[in-house]
Amino acid sequence: MELLKIQQIEKYYGSKSSLTKAIDDISFTVNKGEFVAIMGASGSGKTTLLNCISTIDRVTSGHIYLENIDITTLKGKQLNQFRREKLGFIFQDFNLLDTLTAYENIALALSIQKVSPVEIDKAVKNVAQQLGITGVLQKYPYQMSGGQKQRIASARAIVTNPKLILADEPTGALDSKSAKMLLERFNYLNYEHDATIMMVTHDSFTASYASRVLFIKDGKVFHEICRGNDNRKQFFDKIIDVVTLLGGDVNDAL
Amino acid sequence: MLFKLSFSNIRKSFRDYAIYFFTLIIGVAVFYVFNAIGEQTAFLQVSQNTSDIIELLKNMLNGISVFVSVILGLLIVYASRFLMKRRNKEFALYLILGMGKGRISAILLIETIIIGIGSLGVGLLIGIGLSQLMSTLVANLFEADMTEYTFMVSSEAIIKTAIYFGIMYLVVMIFNSFMISKCKLINLLQSGKKSEKLKLKNPVLCVIIFIVSVCALGYAYYVAGWKTNDMSTKKLMEMIAIGAISTFLIFWSVSGMMLRVVMSMKKKYYKGLNSFTFRQISSKVNTTVASMSVICLMLFVTICTLSSAFSIRNSMNANLKEMCPVDFEWQWAEYHNQELQYTDIIEKTHEYDVNIEENFSEYVHFHDYGDKNFTFADSLGSNLEEMKKQYMYLDYDQTEDIVRLSDYNALMRLYGRKEVTLNENEFILMCDFKSMKAIRDTTLKTDKEITVFGHTLTSKYNECQDGFIDISSQHLNTGLYIVPDSVVDENSAKKDYFIGNYNAGTKEEKQAVEDKIISEYKNFINTWVPTVENLNVVYTDSMNTRIDISEATIGLGAMVTFIGLYIGLIFLISCAAIIALKQLSDSVDSISRYEMLRKIGAEESDISKSLFRQTGIFFLLPLLLACVHSVFGMKFSMFLLETFGTEKLAESIGFTSVMILLIYGGYFLITYLCSKSIIKSHK
Repeated sequence: MELLKIQQIEKYYGSKSSLTKAIDDISFTVNKGEFVAIMGASGSGKTTLLNCISTIDRVTSGHIYLENIDITTLKGKQLNQFRREKLGFIFQDFNLLDTLTAYENIALALSIQKVSPVEIDKAVKNVAQQLGITGVLQKYPYQMSGGQKQRIASARAIVTNPKLILADEPTGALDSKSAKMLLERFNYLNYEHDATIMMVTHDSFTASYASRVLFIKDGKVFHEICRGNDNRKQFFDKIIDVVTLLGGDVNDAL
Repeated sequence: MLFKLSFSNIRKSFRDYAIYFFTLIIGVAVFYVFNAIGEQTAFLQVSQNTSDIIELLKNMLNGISVFVSVILGLLIVYASRFLMKRRNKEFALYLILGMGKGRISAILLIETIIIGIGSLGVGLLIGIGLSQLMSTLVANLFEADMTEYTFMVSSEAIIKTAIYFGIMYLVVMIFNSFMISKCKLINLLQSGKKSEKLKLKNPVLCVIIFIVSVCALGYAYYVAGWKTNDMSTKKLMEMIAIGAISTFLIFWSVSGMMLRVVMSMKKKYYKGLNSFTFRQISSKVNTTVASMSVICLMLFVTICTLSSAFSIRNSMNANLKEMCPVDFEWQWAEYHNQELQYTDIIEKTHEYDVNIEENFSEYVHFHDYGDKNFTFADSLGSNLEEMKKQYMYLDYDQTEDIVRLSDYNALMRLYGRKEVTLNENEFILMCDFKSMKAIRDTTLKTDKEITVFGHTLTSKYNECQDGFIDISSQHLNTGLYIVPDSVVDENSAKKDYFIGNYNAGTKEEKQAVEDKIISEYKNFINTWVPTVENLNVVYTDSMNTRIDISEATIGLGAMVTFIGLYIGLIFLISCAAIIALKQLSDSVDSISRYEMLRKIGAEESDISKSLFRQTGIFFLLPLLLACVHSVFGMKFSMFLLETFGTEKLAESIGFTSVMILLIYGGYFLITYLCSKSIIKSHK
């Protein structure tokens, strides 16, 4: 079933004299329950794409449909409501509030949806168990490791049962062990909860956990590969092949 | 190069600087306005009396300016230290790039100079504008003639303001250079890393300290408000110290308890952005306890100063209307060979071809009586010994003043006050001077009967009545007996009174009549005194006129108002500026937090509400406690100001509230709006 449909979107920066096309006519669709990774070198436009989907940024032209609602036309309150109810965010730098405990950070996502405290408590404890962070719920962010912080951030993103989880370089600030743990959790959410995940990364290893990888170069979709029935190792090799094919352009992507 | 760097620094951090700059401008303007009062009022056509008072006012304002400049100096040092802390990273960058500390100091120096000159210039311009308004206010207060008024600039005040603020900025520069020379690169670099360790204080300890400090405060309130009679300076200092320390401890313990209490209310805590809001507040309250306490105490002083000042002025003006209903009073007593000898002064002046009464449209001419066997001591009856122990220095041998009922009622008709009635064997005791009234009231309870001129009279009332003969600006009648006409003995006549209204309508005409009377009076004295030179005659007289009394009253009232306003304004803007600066810089620190809230979809209106609450709490907390302090502080100051009368207290408190609302509320609003624009989405 089609969840997200991106139709010929463009995003320009700058003035008429010096125009930068960050996104140059991109179209693709994401089905419900898919785990899509978007790869590309820095400056390729992948973060801009994510920002446009997450409504943090506006497209110059084109349309983005989530469950057949054109989110490029949403404004003000509708936009906030959309973000609150349909999307979950995971950022590279975690973006946790340092003044709140882990529990409160996760609860905040629910409380701004005006969920009752009793249900908040249930939902937070439930998600904490799934992500294995029950033990650190009463700690403050500065008392946690990077992996724990990222899991708290993930818990905050999924506790509201969003239609689409957007992750921007989620493993960027993690060591390889924590990264692996986090990605396995993503897979778990993807399989067990049928969560739709869209992840931006420049790391082939991270991308290999996805079911489909889109390669972006100079604001265009350059290539696309699906995992099919391959295991993760085989898929990883395929990704490496494409990256190698891309050549020097993505040296920094390795 | 350095200049360019400094200039762009100021421009870049204008949001941080704006409220600081704004406060400096107000400070300069207020300083100028009050120091220019002397020159601004030089043009006013006022009497000698009034100009003496203005001179006194000028001297007092000079003295207070020194105090004010110390307060402003502290504010400026605090603010600049605060702004410098925010720029530690920037300084670290300069040092890493190889800039010497001397050059960083130079950058700061240039910045201070730019800000100093800018604020001084703008502040003086505003001050000059405001002082024109001030002149109108002064003229109004002194009821002076404004016709010859022209736009005025006081060069003296400009120079004075420039020098005072120059010194303050110099202190700041020295302070900044000192700070820079002492700092270490590693500390500067690490200052950006937030080591916000939220320590929850021990709740039991918080509750204990809270209870103890509330009790201590209650004790201080009790002593200041109800034990006022045996208050010594030492004791007062003790109470102030107790008050200050408990203020600090209350903030300390409340900040510790607040979060726990709120967190235990799960329904409220996990509603919307509440958890975020409370965490924001409590993370800051912990670090701002000290400054909150100082601000609270300063607000307390401001409230008390302003209310007392307005109250003194208001009740003085109100008293004037009530206590000084006619234009003129002349009292005359003559002593021949040290014996009181009643003289009809009007008859006497006729002998010298002076007809003072011609100047009056209406008047009352009468005399009072004294019985040698009825002195102050006698009037106290059985309470005498008690009184002598308490008040040793009163003259107990003076005969009490006695007035005939018909004379008194005639006077009351002139004054437009209520007449009184008496039965043949009754008397009324009039007294409105508060401490004396208390004494006489106790006496009346035990000794209801008096004996004068061989008659025994009973008091008509159980306590003293409000009434007076002498016109004045305050309640000063310490005792006056009204007796039936038949009782008095003409041979015991004491002082002669002549009281009346001028035969004139406008203020100018009245002044002319008064001048004429005074010159006639002087002529009379100058011709009469030589005729009795060798006869051992002494005279005492007092001439009160409404013009004199009101000038003195208005002058004193205006002086008190100015001083109250001056100190109040400076304190108020200092307090508000400190909170505003802290709030704004906190907002800058929190930008990323708000950014995150937006990303997870918080409503813009919820974010604004949260910010409003945060700002509100920080402005409100110290004000609340200060208001509680003020209730008791005012009780104490009302005791001190009793002689002035405290009738118009409500009005003064109202006026003070309006001022605080305007200035403090204004700062709150500006802070909120600036914070809102700081945290506004940058997309």
